Amino acid sequence: MAIDKNEPSKLRWGELEEDDDLDFLLPPKEAIGPDENGIKKVIEYRFNDEGNKVKITTTTRVRKLAKARLSKRALERRNWDKFGDAVREDVGSRLTMVSTEEILLERPRAPGTKPEEAKASGDGLAQLSKGGAVLMVCRTCGKKGDHWTSKCPYKDLAAPVESFVDKPTAAETSAAAPGAGKGAYVPPSMRAGAERTTGSDMRRRNDENSVRVTNLSEDTREADLHELFRPFGAVTRVYVAMDQKTGTSRGFGFVNFVNREDAQRAINKLNGYGYDNLILRVEWATPRTN
Amino acid sequence: MRPILMKGHERPLTFLKYNRDGDLLFSCAKDHTPTVWFADNGERLGTYRGHNGAVWTCDVSRDSMRLITGSADQTVKLWNVQKGTQLYTFNFGSPARSVEFAIGDKLAVITTDPFMELTSAIHVKRIAGDPTEQTEESVLVIKGPQGRINRAVWGPLNRTIISAGEDAVIRIWDSETGKLLKESDKESGHKKTITSLTKAADGSHFLSGSLDKSAKLWDTRTLTLIKTYSTERPVNAVAMSPLLDHVVLGGGQDASAVTTTDHRAGKFEAKFYDKILQEEIGGVKGHFGPINALAFNPDGKSFSSGGEDGYVRLHHFDPDYFNIKI
Repeated sequence: MAIDKNEPSKLRWGELEEDDDLDFLLPPKEAIGPDENGIKKVIEYRFNDEGNKVKITTTTRVRKLAKARLSKRALERRNWDKFGDAVREDVGSRLTMVSTEEILLERPRAPGTKPEEAKASGDGLAQLSKGGAVLMVCRTCGKKGDHWTSKCPYKDLAAPVESFVDKPTAAETSAAAPGAGKGAYVPPSMRAGAERTTGSDMRRRNDENSVRVTNLSEDTREADLHELFRPFGAVTRVYVAMDQKTGTSRGFGFVNFVNREDAQRAINKLNGYGYDNLILRVEWATPRTN
Repeated sequence: MRPILMKGHERPLTFLKYNRDGDLLFSCAKDHTPTVWFADNGERLGTYRGHNGAVWTCDVSRDSMRLITGSADQTVKLWNVQKGTQLYTFNFGSPARSVEFAIGDKLAVITTDPFMELTSAIHVKRIAGDPTEQTEESVLVIKGPQGRINRAVWGPLNRTIISAGEDAVIRIWDSETGKLLKESDKESGHKKTITSLTKAADGSHFLSGSLDKSAKLWDTRTLTLIKTYSTERPVNAVAMSPLLDHVVLGGGQDASAVTTTDHRAGKFEAKFYDKILQEEIGGVKGHFGPINALAFNPDGKSFSSGGEDGYVRLHHFDPDYFNIKI
């Protein structure tokens, strides 16, 4: 305890770095920006472990948060002392954390679509079933056209289907399937009644019917593009490229159609179409080369 | 958006409340200490120690100086918001379920649960400006509704008290005489326990959430049903945006069934609905258990949710939230 009081911050000579005195040889630290996009560059020079001079450029984006208006009383409260359990809160307790996960307000369907269409346009197969009987019927909950049996959110809630349960006797079961013995854990996907799925969750992206739209005006959003292309047929995806730095549109986007004919019609009709004072260029999207 | 997670409670959350300026957030949980947080960055300002049971509810005065909390330890306590000290304790013979300050903070309405041979009751207490002059006596006690009264709030000009609870009926009482003025219609009203009730910013209408998997919007004066929002899960908490025509419903399946089912079946989302079109706008996921409490910041730019998982999640909306189109 007594030692701690004698300037604990002072370094001992053994810990001093040998090449500290060479630092004056380096060019001074330079800071550029922040520019109008909030991009700030800091250029530093340093000696690395091998004694070579290296230039380190750190690029950061300064984001200005909307300035919240606070009342005088609220500002006063900001300086209130902590009380209760908050007083002796240790730094490491981390009661407040910012989520590492980006949480979005998940839309139940694409903006601008009607509830009935949303179901149909989501899947090419569902599209086919629109005319006749409903193809998509969940065997677990009996809901039509909402999801497949394997994706039923209620599958664990529902009582197991009798035909699966009644068949074998206890002895037979343990002999036949080692996982099905009494008391042994069976993952939900392997349980009786559960559909065996093989990667059905993988999103298949229909790259074939993708249409590239260029020369869009800066304030065109996905909803606008959806509105523009919807009349030609069911649209599965609308994407407008955004500049990561500025958050403005980069002037191009992609629209995916369920049917190729619809996409072709859209191209025929909208290529050269005047939209927001600009002439649109609509063409088949070429798949990425890699 | 990246929500701020606040893990100050060890047990499920029960109630959340912003102060009028929207800079403080009060949280109540089944552990015994209500907590106050800064509503912008989620930093903990302090805790209110003294209750000896689950804290079901709280309210804060308009000037953010007084806090009132109701607890299952059969007391309602008044607190100094800044220091965390107890100013006064009201004793009841049964757990207190809901509290609310009247406009002007001179009165408070408190509901108590049925317990032993006592029936549930709505108490109106006078709140003295000086805590040393505070008295225990009730100005008015209303009895009558069967079962728990989960929520009681003041009507316009403090003339009425609106109550709702386990009997699924919303009642409007005269706050002077204690007379029953109106009752919600059996046909159009809720079918199961009403779990939450929240007033609009201007008090002209209010929203009730029920275990019958719906939330209903009512006119405060006439008690006519305006809108119904139906969902797939029991509704534990409701909130209304003061800025946009949005309502938020929180809920989820029973906590006891959580571990036995698929996580997708739980539906532990805060669901946003358009207030007028009654159409779902979207859902905000994140909790590992049912949502028990929801509150909107009075500026309408953030909201917080409290779950059975013991977390408070504070969401500051992204800019694109404000121009969502249906």
